[in-house]
Amino acid sequence: MGLEQLYQQVILDHSKSRHGSGLASTAAPEGAASGQSHQLNPVCGDEITVRVAVSDGHVSQIRWDGAGCSISMASASVLSDLAEGMEIGEFTGVIATFRDMLRSRGKVTADPEVLGDAAAFEGVSRYAARVKCAMISWVAAEDALGQAVSKSGK
Amino acid sequence: MVATPAHLLPSVGLPSAAQLGNEEVLRIRNDFPILQQPVNGMPLVYLDSGATSQNPLSVIESEQEFYEQRNSAVHRGAHFLAVEATEGFEDARATVASFIVADWDEVVWTSNATEGLNLLSYSFLNASLPGAAPEAAQFALGSGDEIVVTEMEHHANLIPWQQLAQRTGAIVRYIPVDDHGVLDLEAAESIVGPRTRILAFTHASNVLGTINPVERLVRLAHGVGALVVLDACQSAPHMPLDVKDLDVDFAVLSGHKMLAPTGVGVLYGKSELLNAMPPFLTGGSMITTVTMEKAEFLPSPQRFEAGTQKISQAIALASAANYLTETGMGRIHEWESVLGMRLVEGLASIPGVRVLGPEAGVERLGLASFDVEGVHAHDVGQFLDSRGIAVRVGHHCAQPLHRRYGLTATTRASTYLYNTTDDVDALLEGVAAVRGYFGA
Repeated sequence: MGLEQLYQQVILDHSKSRHGSGLASTAAPEGAASGQSHQLNPVCGDEITVRVAVSDGHVSQIRWDGAGCSISMASASVLSDLAEGMEIGEFTGVIATFRDMLRSRGKVTADPEVLGDAAAFEGVSRYAARVKCAMISWVAAEDALGQAVSKSGK
Repeated sequence: MVATPAHLLPSVGLPSAAQLGNEEVLRIRNDFPILQQPVNGMPLVYLDSGATSQNPLSVIESEQEFYEQRNSAVHRGAHFLAVEATEGFEDARATVASFIVADWDEVVWTSNATEGLNLLSYSFLNASLPGAAPEAAQFALGSGDEIVVTEMEHHANLIPWQQLAQRTGAIVRYIPVDDHGVLDLEAAESIVGPRTRILAFTHASNVLGTINPVERLVRLAHGVGALVVLDACQSAPHMPLDVKDLDVDFAVLSGHKMLAPTGVGVLYGKSELLNAMPPFLTGGSMITTVTMEKAEFLPSPQRFEAGTQKISQAIALASAANYLTETGMGRIHEWESVLGMRLVEGLASIPGVRVLGPEAGVERLGLASFDVEGVHAHDVGQFLDSRGIAVRVGHHCAQPLHRRYGLTATTRASTYLYNTTDDVDALLEGVAAVRGYFGA
């Protein structure tokens, strides 16, 4: 398969625009419960810190700081766009869908209705070495979300 | 009686006196089945031998021949196959010993170089414990002792020493590298001192390509009574290696980096040292007398070879050593220097590319690690793969070294005797196109 299926234009664009980056420079919204998670990929040294804030049963803000390849940076950017404002249960469902797609070795077709721009990562599932790159920010978000939810007492 | 196969005989053909060139390299490449295949529709350009080299057919056949004709346990059994297997195994040891100019009983088979370094570290730890034999006292470490390594070490030649230090109260000190990937020898002279018990360093850097001044470091260490451990993983496959001439106390190397299969490596040690060291792994094959209470151990090398050994891999490693000797280690080294220079000069002239290690024109191994501004190493590697070019990306098991240069990951192209200047040029052409593709 060609490089274009891996590096879809939406991935290349997000890898540069990096929506949601700037954790250190942005405070969590007042009154929201937040959690923060740092993840490291020891294979390549990529790392990311994601902070998730929740209020009224919704993800009220996602911010992240990280360094890594275009796949990992684009994935964090897409995640931020997708998750903000989403109901918590729906977000955990989307994380599970994204993970299933990435682990499917190309067998699961992405549904843009559910995954939005994250559907562009479908091609990554055929590159076993790159699955972690796409997944790292989502793993951090999942962990941070869990912390935020338990702090919010839900 | 099955005759010893020609590839195991110690007398191998003399290498040609002429320098290696593209024409002969293309003939050499024909010996390597894996290099004949296309990758992503392109001819494979394999530039990842620093991680794992490929096997010539003669090496693959030597392993197959063992299983077809001689497979048996070694050093036990009185039957025909047991004798055949033992002879093959010990002939292989003699061949590999002669490849590094050691005596046969100074070559201990290990699974890889990492295991060789852990063997040393754990043996020295055993020597440091209460109840160790008196002859092991020379290896005992304690509070106030220092283990010196360099900033350019592979994790395999770093973490075993960190662990040994943590367990014995010793400390680890580092000889720094300068901006051009060269060891700071002035600093080394102030760091290596009366407290130094072990100086462990790489002969040649897997990241920088730097070839270290072994003789000078050995003199420094021996001057203060310290033991010298040489990581020869990147030198043994690529240049003539004479452990006796270098006068190192220990050296490790890895089979799969020198045309042999994975799962086999070598620990070299001076015979008198090996025989005074406490064993690391214990069990069958390494003992003389065993009672319900205790055991006595065989001398080296069996002392360190508990359990059933990697017999076919050892035989294949000897076959690889013969292939290299016949080609000529000096010629291989010269050719790879040519490729290394071409790599560095070419990469350095591409805008936005920063090459680590010695500058263009300075001697280095036939490898180069580099950073492409604005493009992560993983993306560089993926882009090159789409052109059939295999390189390594990441920190190459040298995180402290990458940190030293303010990087987390680089791309590394590493050559071997089967690479032509066309391979280097294909890489350079690919790297030149990377930033455009990713819009960097």
